[in-house]
Amino acid sequence: MSTTTAAVPVEVHDVTVAYHRKPVLWDVDLTVPEGKLVGIVGPNGAGKSTLIKAMLGLVPLASGKVEFYGKPYAQQRHLVGYVPQRESVDWDFPVTALDVVMMGTYGRLGWFRRPGAAERLVAEQCLEKVGMSEFATRQIRQLSGGQQQRVFLARALAQDAKIYFMDEPFAGVDATTEKAIVELLQALREDGKTVLVVHHDLQTVSNYFDHVILLNMRLVAAGPTETTFTPENLNKTFGGRLTILDEAAEAVRLGDRR
Amino acid sequence: MTYLTLIVLLGTTLLGATAGVLGSFAVLRRRALMGDLLSHAALPGLCLAFLVMGGRHFLGMLLGALATGLAGVGLIILVCRWTRTKEDAALGIVLSTFFGAGIVLSSIIQNQPDGGSKAGLESYIFGQAAGMIQRDVWLIGIVAAAALLLVALLYKEFKLFSFDPGFAEVQGWPTLLLDIVMMGSLAVVTVIGLPAVGVVLMAAMFIIPGASARFWTNRLGLMLVLSGVFGALTGILGTLLSAGALQQWTGIDPLAFGQTDKNLPAGPLIVLSGTAIFLVSMFFAPSRGILARLIGDLRFRLATAGENLLRTIYELNESKLPRSEAVALDDVLLRRAWSRRWARLLVAWAARKGFLSSEPQGPRLTEAGITRAAQLVRAHRLWEMFLIRGIHVAPDHVDRDADSIEHRLTPELLEHLEADLTSPAGEIPRSPHAEPEEEPRV
Repeated sequence: MSTTTAAVPVEVHDVTVAYHRKPVLWDVDLTVPEGKLVGIVGPNGAGKSTLIKAMLGLVPLASGKVEFYGKPYAQQRHLVGYVPQRESVDWDFPVTALDVVMMGTYGRLGWFRRPGAAERLVAEQCLEKVGMSEFATRQIRQLSGGQQQRVFLARALAQDAKIYFMDEPFAGVDATTEKAIVELLQALREDGKTVLVVHHDLQTVSNYFDHVILLNMRLVAAGPTETTFTPENLNKTFGGRLTILDEAAEAVRLGDRR
Repeated sequence: MTYLTLIVLLGTTLLGATAGVLGSFAVLRRRALMGDLLSHAALPGLCLAFLVMGGRHFLGMLLGALATGLAGVGLIILVCRWTRTKEDAALGIVLSTFFGAGIVLSSIIQNQPDGGSKAGLESYIFGQAAGMIQRDVWLIGIVAAAALLLVALLYKEFKLFSFDPGFAEVQGWPTLLLDIVMMGSLAVVTVIGLPAVGVVLMAAMFIIPGASARFWTNRLGLMLVLSGVFGALTGILGTLLSAGALQQWTGIDPLAFGQTDKNLPAGPLIVLSGTAIFLVSMFFAPSRGILARLIGDLRFRLATAGENLLRTIYELNESKLPRSEAVALDDVLLRRAWSRRWARLLVAWAARKGFLSSEPQGPRLTEAGITRAAQLVRAHRLWEMFLIRGIHVAPDHVDRDADSIEHRLTPELLEHLEADLTSPAGEIPRSPHAEPEEEPRV
């Protein structure tokens, strides 16, 4: 499996992640194919969000490494767009939808430089792509949950990335937003982008994604949706909540507790 | 106004403005109490510097205060990381421990044969703005300029980091460094503010202007400017009150300014001026203020109830359509749990809008009233039918639900409902309550 070629958007080597020394992800080995919509699927507490946070360096790795087109993340940040979970920020913050989308361009701007007319134009176009132009000057609290989610998507678009990471973008959104996200995902695929989406609705997996990563504290299976999203694999992912791994992790945590 | 007063005024104004601007970020990041910790934890540093230097050494005491203040912050981070103590508890523990240590140390200094009166350390606890001299104001001026320049340069970075630190990290910003720069500048301003405002009240200088400014605007840039202005204003007001304006009420001689034991202390008056600004903001700010929200709520309640009145009158008159006859207010009250006074108010509201005309027998729908009422009745009944047929709610439960929703259904949604329920477009369906035997079958 050591095919570290330049055409692999994300390669995960033997990654283990632990919170307070309790392992939440064990020995994940993964190769994400280019230009595909990839769903990350698994039960609650399976470590789906943790996996993408580990890939992006937001949580420390206990062991292993992650490479983006053959190089560590620190050298490839400009290739990555990120949509965090909606609940991760304070929506009462005094900024407008357009302000938030413009934050996507900050990475390119570098230190001290203020966003100008060019960045503003980019942000307006990105808001347009998610059907939010008319809400550009709204304070973000005055948007519905689905609209807030679309603002986050527009911000990721403004990053102009090659690989996108989205943490539960479909969680608690209205039908309009769901449709907008699906159209956006397809447009991104047509442009040859790679998109990883943490997803929890099993019903829609086959419709939305080309490729799935089935996760439950360890990698259960990964591959094209037709061959991987099978009842047998789903059973392995969702069946038997208290696996041996669960118990082992609990033992590590208790051993650590003084 | 004396030269001395002018010096103090300049100092407190600059201090207030700087603390206001930096404090805004702390307020937005829910780190408001960090200022409190920094100032309390600075006290032992002041005392230690006094002991080590063997006297009141200006720069030494500033550095000492800064060192223990930041040590306090570091300790909280360590306690939270290595034990299961929560952040608020850790903050309380560290704050009181450092403050306690500071009090003990200052007592030791007071009890020294020669140290006591010279040290004047107790002034750091409650502050003594009137003791400010030209050199202090220079220092405050330099720190203020540096801090404001920092915020101007790093505005974009601070904005992003305060709103979404995770996203900032993914974009490659050194979030730990940004945090240290923010906290560090807060610490520096705290330490130079201590002699004037004191350990106990310094936190208010950070929190109150920012919290007040948030009421007036939804833009970060404007909030920072307002917060700076509010901070400066509290400095000016507090100092003036302390320096003389109060003497007319209290009989204290304004010329005795500088002999501070005869003046009211500036620190507490600065904080109280801030409270006044906060109260005004809280009550009277447009849209976020309490008054504006109460008025908005009342308007909404009035419009909702007024529309329900139109619908009730329409239904009472429905059999006589297209003729519009006056309806007795008593008949309306039988159908609505309204007091007579509230119903009269609603009639007045609808009459002012041109929906009703007052007749001797009671209110009568005008042309415009019938049109508006028909729209409302259509929305109400469509929603009721949707509840009964679409999601199987019991017919006797649907009326109240529809009451609150009918005012907000958009035209598109109504057309959608009509299509779903195969109800003729634009027509008013029969009421599901009208004749029980003809209730729609599910």
